[in-house]
Amino acid sequence: MSNIIALITGLIFGFGLAISGMTHTEIVLGFLDVAGKWNPSLLFVLGGAVGVTVTSFYWIRKLPKPVLAETFIVTEVKNIDRPLLIGSVLFGLGWGISGYCPGPAIALLAAPNWEVWVFLPAMLFGYGLHEYVSKKFEVTVVNPTDKFPSQPEQPTCG
Amino acid sequence: MAVSYFANALIGGVMIGASATLLLWLNGRIAGISSIVASLMFTKDRLWPALFLLGLVAGAAIYYALGGSAPVPRRNFPVWLLTLAGVLVGFGTALARGCTSGHGVCGLGRLSLRSLVATLTFLTVGLLTTFVVRHLFGVL
Repeated sequence: MSNIIALITGLIFGFGLAISGMTHTEIVLGFLDVAGKWNPSLLFVLGGAVGVTVTSFYWIRKLPKPVLAETFIVTEVKNIDRPLLIGSVLFGLGWGISGYCPGPAIALLAAPNWEVWVFLPAMLFGYGLHEYVSKKFEVTVVNPTDKFPSQPEQPTCG
Repeated sequence: MAVSYFANALIGGVMIGASATLLLWLNGRIAGISSIVASLMFTKDRLWPALFLLGLVAGAAIYYALGGSAPVPRRNFPVWLLTLAGVLVGFGTALARGCTSGHGVCGLGRLSLRSLVATLTFLTVGLLTTFVVRHLFGVL
């Protein structure tokens, strides 16, 4: 059942991304380009999404456990560390250059053009590179299976 | 025209929020795309990430099939620059352990300071980068 939920929530997410305009780089870059002809529509996307999650997560975190699973699997990491900042800067660079963040880049497989076949493999290479580097130099302290440790004691998502 | 444009953005945003809500409420999982991709690539817990991403592509496909406008690729965008951007997005979101969805939509949803810092950082750097790329280097 939870696998069907994964598929359905993916469907809703993908449809939402497509209708919101996030898969259109001219809209995303039109938002990031405040010095050009500014397009504020991304504010509506983020505002709509966060408006929903702020409200719903407030109620969900009061529940003892999710409906179809044993525990909430949400990160316990709270500190603002160097990987968070450096990673976000690098992501901002890539996003600001291309207009793609990970969700839209994958959703675009539904209407592929040459940009997807360049960007997506490069992005996946980036994930692989991080995996390799973090294993080799221990840049991040976790291994992937511990990435989002569960919280058996405190079944909230905060 | 402009009204439906913003309405679509709002509808899409609400759908993304609804998806993240259902995934956390029912499955106890965070709808962070970069983490889901990393999970598919590097962990043994592969089935639900694969199904979620399959749904993601199918959901977009349904919108385009219903007559929603599909993106038109840029003609003169340098391939090397797009490649570099892809590597930066992949490496950066893996290092920061979250992207627009994980830190932006879900992290802000659970009022995480860490996610707020990440979101403000990639938004600010994104704004500056777009300015440099478009206005100083003239790449569109």
